[in-house]
Amino acid sequence: MLYVMALSPQAKEKLQDAIDKYLREKILLAAEAISRSAFEKINDNDVILVYGCSSLVNRTLCDAHVKKGQAFRVIVVDSRPRLEGRETLRRLVRKGIHCTYVMINAISYVLPEVSKVLLGAHALLANGSVMSRVGTSQIALVSKAYNVPVLVCCETYKFCERVQTDSFVSNELDDPDDLIVLRKGQAQLGGWAENKSLRLLNLVYDVTPPDLVDLVITDLGMIPCTSVPVVLRVKNVDQ
Amino acid sequence: MSTDDLIETFKAQLRDDPDVASAVAAIRALLGFLKQDRGETIQGLRSSLLAAINTLSRVDSSVAVSSGGELFLRFISLTSLEYSDYSKCKEIMIERGEIFLRKVSLSRNKIAKLCHPFIRDGARILTHAYSRVVLRVLEAAVESKKRFSVYVTESQPDQAGQVLINLQKMAKALRKLNIPVTVILDAAVGYIMEKVDLVLVGAEGVVESGGIINKIGTNQIAVCAKAQNKPFYVVAESFKFVRLFPLNQQDVPDKFKYKADTLKTSQNLTQEHPWIDYTSPSLITLLFTDLGVLTPSAVSDELIKLYL
Repeated sequence: MLYVMALSPQAKEKLQDAIDKYLREKILLAAEAISRSAFEKINDNDVILVYGCSSLVNRTLCDAHVKKGQAFRVIVVDSRPRLEGRETLRRLVRKGIHCTYVMINAISYVLPEVSKVLLGAHALLANGSVMSRVGTSQIALVSKAYNVPVLVCCETYKFCERVQTDSFVSNELDDPDDLIVLRKGQAQLGGWAENKSLRLLNLVYDVTPPDLVDLVITDLGMIPCTSVPVVLRVKNVDQ
Repeated sequence: MSTDDLIETFKAQLRDDPDVASAVAAIRALLGFLKQDRGETIQGLRSSLLAAINTLSRVDSSVAVSSGGELFLRFISLTSLEYSDYSKCKEIMIERGEIFLRKVSLSRNKIAKLCHPFIRDGARILTHAYSRVVLRVLEAAVESKKRFSVYVTESQPDQAGQVLINLQKMAKALRKLNIPVTVILDAAVGYIMEKVDLVLVGAEGVVESGGIINKIGTNQIAVCAKAQNKPFYVVAESFKFVRLFPLNQQDVPDKFKYKADTLKTSQNLTQEHPWIDYTSPSLITLLFTDLGVLTPSAVSDELIKLYL
């Protein structure tokens, strides 16, 4: 990083250049590199399971579709209340990829026919845990039980020095009213606030332990989850 | 140096010294190729070396030859060569190549020194197929006056008639060292596992996840060992570390699964029997390499250091 000693216009320009360079290399080019690496792992007749909406995963699948045609199909898993899978479904179907859409309670039903699971991440913690949208650790757990390989796509700027072993010690709470469902005009759970013994919990993230993840695809290459601290060390040396 | 000369040098190395690892023979041939190269640019040299490595991989399709070749190339061009004079650069590259070769030839002894303390007096060891590194480790254990017995698997598939040759290679070598040896069927591994104290195998390649690629049958032995809680040790030199990351057996590239001749002549590869399989890192206890004693998760750290 650049230490700006004075706010001279040259210094400001240098800072702007550094920011642009970081954006270009670590974010835009990284996505391209990850898409290419992940493409090597997609074989013909693959059934790939994806969860929620990850721009990296969507990009990988669209690029692979352009290169491979109809060689693979995708199962999009979605969950309430955000229903982000619908956005993924929209994007993939628009490109002509064969998709199946299920809710997360159906994963035990579809997993026997899945050949690999491709997930995105919000952060990769220093102990190798993956912090991602709530529901991801569930998918990883059930995939492990069915012996389906779990691949996580993550750029190196998302690697973080924090360590977390469970999802409760630090998380984000979303609006609990999102969990209220309108069915036939009746709002289920509508009066939850008046009921003293009822609380609604709408978590945003969850933590997947490293032994449930087989491979992490980063712009530095394919690494196992346990090598995150090494990458962090290498990054610090670079800077 | 033409491709035929290169292949001839490689095969001559293997013939003259049957104990040498095929990757070391390949590196020696590449060093000879480098010395005789008449190119004028570094880029030209790199591309001709890459082509040479490809040629050698087509002769001997084992993982170690391609990984050894790639590591050799990386080692000699590791830091930037500041000299503008091409011949000076080439001299430095040749020097580095010799250093690399020397390091690599000493690796087996380093591994034997690290590994033999794990073999206790009275141990019963199970090993698979013919591995020169395992042989060296057991030799070192004998030299330190330990008494132990070894079970060797038959390790098929070899063509009919060659079965006896493979059988004899490992068992014969062990008998020469006066180690009591029992040859067992591949199918008898599950039966014998309760009698065994530890499993010791070599590797043809060590992949990024910390898993290994080895003669077919290794995965089964690893699974049996895990089920009975027996330690599963792997001995491998560091030039066998390769930048592959197989997710399962199917993910291992075909060019490593079958012998080079089969790849060239066969019409339908699914009819051929693969020679190697992939053992996942969760089944391996420790890896003994010339970089030290590593857990499977440390292999990736070492690979990042080697390749990045």
